[in-house]
Amino acid sequence: MNAEGGRNSMIQVSHVSKRYAGGYEALRDVTFSVESGEMVFITGHSGAGKSTLLKLITAIERPTAGSVVINGQNVSAMKAGMIPFFRRNFGLIFQDHKLLFDRNVFDNVALPLAITGFPRGEIAKRTRAALDKVGLLGREKARPIALSGGEQQRLCIARAIVNRPAILLADEPTGNLDTAYAAEIIAMFRSFNQVGVTVVIATHDADMIERLGPRILHLDHGRIAA
Amino acid sequence: MNWLLVHLDTLRESLGRLLHQPVASALNVIVMGIALSLPAGFYLGLNNLQAFSRQLSSDPQVSIFMEVDAGKADVAAVEQRLKANPDIGRVEFISRDQALARLKRSAGLSDVLANLGRNPLPDAFVVTARSNDPATLESLHDQAVKWPKVEHVQLDAEWARRLDAALNVGRALVTLLAILLAVALVAVTFNTIRLQILTRRDEIEVSKLIGATNPFIRRPFLYFGALQGLAGGLAAWAIVAVGVLVLNIQLADLSGLYGALFKLEWPGTGDTLTLLAFSALLGWLGAWLSVSRHLWLIEPQ
Repeated sequence: MNAEGGRNSMIQVSHVSKRYAGGYEALRDVTFSVESGEMVFITGHSGAGKSTLLKLITAIERPTAGSVVINGQNVSAMKAGMIPFFRRNFGLIFQDHKLLFDRNVFDNVALPLAITGFPRGEIAKRTRAALDKVGLLGREKARPIALSGGEQQRLCIARAIVNRPAILLADEPTGNLDTAYAAEIIAMFRSFNQVGVTVVIATHDADMIERLGPRILHLDHGRIAA
Repeated sequence: MNWLLVHLDTLRESLGRLLHQPVASALNVIVMGIALSLPAGFYLGLNNLQAFSRQLSSDPQVSIFMEVDAGKADVAAVEQRLKANPDIGRVEFISRDQALARLKRSAGLSDVLANLGRNPLPDAFVVTARSNDPATLESLHDQAVKWPKVEHVQLDAEWARRLDAALNVGRALVTLLAILLAVALVAVTFNTIRLQILTRRDEIEVSKLIGATNPFIRRPFLYFGALQGLAGGLAAWAIVAVGVLVLNIQLADLSGLYGALFKLEWPGTGDTLTLLAFSALLGWLGAWLSVSRHLWLIEPQ
């Protein structure tokens, strides 16, 4: 375990292994921790276990061995009924966006607030604030299908931050974007990180990272390569 | 307060969904309405008949017919016994001559009676018991049959009671029918909700990923099921109401012919509310079963 592990650690992954039915081992004895307010990149070739790691952190899957502790909560031992409330700690940005195409931009972003049960006035206020941050305020009524790839990505980010999460998790957020757009998106993540949000980004985009020089966790065939 | 608003929002959203697909919703509602209107209509019919038979059977009258050759002394003896019986309130004696005179007054029979050589009618007593208790009437009947020169004792209410008993059998059949069609209604809702869950799969998956609880995800489907059931109940009520309306027009003609007032009563407020509550509950149940069955299949990957 990491030396500073005791000090305000937001994500603590200890000796985690994940083996899928059929014997495929996605993660082997992975240990690391992320401090509160840190910004971390998880890199690795496709199939190295990045997505699996994010799924374990958000309790979508459970580790075969080891423990995942988020903000003091042990995910491995969590009761099913607690998981929805636990997930509200995160802002999730998915590789495949997971936008709802039968709702407009506003309703997509408002969904997490509706789920949390905010009053309608508060929902409208916060949703507009989130849309403003990603520069989509004028597109409230648009359908996601009418947005460009970069705009869709920003819509995802607005939905992820609208609940003011403690942790922002992004899976390949710059995957299909050109360099200029990708830089813009990464700048956005940095600005959230600067106001205290813990940010974890899984990516294979080595280009982007070199320019930033942040903390990197490199996964290689399910192991952390230092 | 906020809790209430959340539910109202869900209700509004579910109503919107119901109206958003007018044809599919209308078909479902019609199927439910027809299914519910059958037991509801039969129930109403039975209630009407039962009210009618109860009204008749509540009359605690017993007719005692003497033998045709009974003499004045025999009649007096019976009258004595009747007056001595504490269960009996009023005793009316109708002599054979009075009976014949009454019969002659009835239209169309005077010619027939004129052709008869002698009076075929017996002396009779019409007795009104003090209570409507069937056991009292029964024992009165049993006693009177054994008295000398008594030919026949008839409980006037008896056939009405038999009708009443037959109606109870009908009622059991209606209950059975209601149960069967309730199951059909639940099945219709189950399938509707199943299709909805499948079309809203993405939404459910995303909602689960960003922290929606199962009750939150279930709620709109339950509201939808209940609303659709309620609409089915309203349709059933409308079908029954139209049925009553049409039958009453026909019955008005019949009433004219028989010189009596036959008229179907409308479903009462209590019965109407029960029908609506029951149909909404069945819709809710179908939705609940469907959501419980299908929701866990949609887990985020």
